[in-house]
Amino acid sequence: MNLNIEFYASLMKYLPPGKSRFRREVKVDDDITLSRLISQFHISEAEAHLVLVNGHFVNCGEDRAQRKLTEGDTVSIWPPVAGG
Amino acid sequence: MSWTRKILRVDLSKGSCKSEPLNMEWAKLYLGQRGLASKYLSEEVDPKCDALGPDNKMIMATGPLTGTMASTGGRYSVITKGPLTGAIACSNSGGFFGAELKYAGWDMIIFEGKSDKPVYLLVQDDKAELRSAEHLWGKTAWATDDSIHATHQDPQMRVACIGRTAENGCLYAAIMNDRHRAAGRSGVGTVMASKNLKAVAVRGTQGIGNVDDAEAFASATNDGKAVLAENAVTGQGLPAYGTQVLMNVINGVGGLPARNMRDVGFEGAEHISAEAMAEPRKSDGKPNLTTNGACFGCTIACGRISTVDPTHFSVKDKPQYQGSSGGLEYEAAWSLGADTGIDDLDAITYVNFLCNEDGMDPISYGATVAAAMEMFEDGVITTKETGGIELRFGDAKAFVALTEQFVSGGAFSADLGMGSKRLTEKYGKPDLSMTVKGQEFPAYDPRGIQGIGLNYATSNRGACHLRGYTIASEVLGIPVKTELNDTDGKAELVKAFQDATALVDSAGLCIFTTFAWGMDNIAPQIDAACEGDWSVENCLETGERIWNMERLFNEAAGFTADDDKLPKRLLEEAIKHGPTKGQVSRLGEMLPKYYEARGWTADGKIPDETRQRLSL
Repeated sequence: MNLNIEFYASLMKYLPPGKSRFRREVKVDDDITLSRLISQFHISEAEAHLVLVNGHFVNCGEDRAQRKLTEGDTVSIWPPVAGG
Repeated sequence: MSWTRKILRVDLSKGSCKSEPLNMEWAKLYLGQRGLASKYLSEEVDPKCDALGPDNKMIMATGPLTGTMASTGGRYSVITKGPLTGAIACSNSGGFFGAELKYAGWDMIIFEGKSDKPVYLLVQDDKAELRSAEHLWGKTAWATDDSIHATHQDPQMRVACIGRTAENGCLYAAIMNDRHRAAGRSGVGTVMASKNLKAVAVRGTQGIGNVDDAEAFASATNDGKAVLAENAVTGQGLPAYGTQVLMNVINGVGGLPARNMRDVGFEGAEHISAEAMAEPRKSDGKPNLTTNGACFGCTIACGRISTVDPTHFSVKDKPQYQGSSGGLEYEAAWSLGADTGIDDLDAITYVNFLCNEDGMDPISYGATVAAAMEMFEDGVITTKETGGIELRFGDAKAFVALTEQFVSGGAFSADLGMGSKRLTEKYGKPDLSMTVKGQEFPAYDPRGIQGIGLNYATSNRGACHLRGYTIASEVLGIPVKTELNDTDGKAELVKAFQDATALVDSAGLCIFTTFAWGMDNIAPQIDAACEGDWSVENCLETGERIWNMERLFNEAAGFTADDDKLPKRLLEEAIKHGPTKGQVSRLGEMLPKYYEARGWTADGKIPDETRQRLSL
């Protein structure tokens, strides 16, 4: 199935080649979980600090391991960042 | 010295500068900077006074850790009654000015009265004198800084000054120090201008001594620096990407307001983000971001130094703006960008330069322009009012022209200088002002993120993220993640952030340390530097005391629970699309719980038992 991935800030280095700044459409296994997707792109658990699926947070650990992704989902990932 | 135990009192009406001892009884209750200066203001100023009259006072105050080896220990604050809000104002700045003031041997400077003619204060260690600033009046903040340095021929001298917008009566004028650091919010620069005080120039050579327990202090500050270095946010994220990394985060979670908060979610966010700032541009292969920068003693270095593309229309024929200068921070990028609907990174970087050069708060300026844009698009104002400018959302050229017109006092500048509350009231559209207590919102929408709305509504200086940055928890998961759209527990969360922030702002430290530090990292540094008990418990109680004291000032100024509110738009107009679609702020669910958590009455008053508990 096809998913949209968005890797931001220092995680942009894990994006496959492409034109967009931090967005790619990728083909993945149909039954992929969120944690498997993250590890598939070599992002460590510590680096995947903020993870959104379609704009909604998914906590680290079990929630990500259980979370099945579906066709067309957008997964956005940030390392530990802050501002204000 | 932690405290120098000395205050410089400058009577601008009489032209006198006198030294007096710091009230150490108050210092033990209010620590320094924000807390201690607010105590002095509360004792010496009638809260009902005209903020721009001679009866108001303006205090520049350091904290006991300002100028020390503590990481980020370079902060100072300006405390006064604010003209934008009529509430207590406290604007905090970094750079190097605060540490220099401490090196000169002063905990704070209290300015009172009003000078007949423009003056600047020159402080060289113990010596302080007022000098004529008639040659400086009418100059920008940058030109003033340059001129004072040229006069005194001392590159180590630090200057805090106002630009032309303050002189022109803009109610959200800032005090600029070290060229691009600002005591930015609530119009503290306007108060400075009302006193005919153009600048404060300081040179100190006395260094720091008298730390209560030097060995313990070295140990505690070293421990603190190790925590900052090892933490992924303060050790890597902030220095690399700065605060601007939030642009895509907040947009991604459905909390980024756009176009005067008419919308939530900005399609151009990525073009004005930290990631965009780091990208090489086509014209010269250089990125907008030149380097990061640090304030005095800071081991985080989140500051942005930027250049505008020299071929961009905004600076093409203006070589003076083609060099590097203070770049976009997140809040300014939001107000000048998303809130005006403009996604032109170079244009908003240039406008931010102008905000620094002429000393105005970019949050309030951008948000006021956004309100004006909405009124223009609605036909409420026309080119007749704007000096011929078609003031539409998303028009970068119009925004640049408007800002150049504004800083030089041209058409529409008196209207824009009022801030959005007075501006929208003038044109009969008060509901279009996105403010609390008259101060404009920063870059987080209370419909998408519930706790920050409660913080805005109850902030003692009007809408402000930095009074209680619940975004740390609600979005960033620091110290623990709470749900954006939950209201449960947000009253206690807001109170905890507000009280802790009041303490940090009174110490001389930067609030960004709290992305890594808890009070158990901060209290030992204060405790080692200062005499008295500065345990974690006492630090937290001190923060709570300061918050309540500020509230009492506002109460005496005439504020009530009716001022703890949000604009109707945020309570009634639901978010139209994105992950937070359908949401409004549920302030009404949180506010009674907040009053209860604070030990206040149901109508937001501070009862006697709470005053007694906090020694107020």
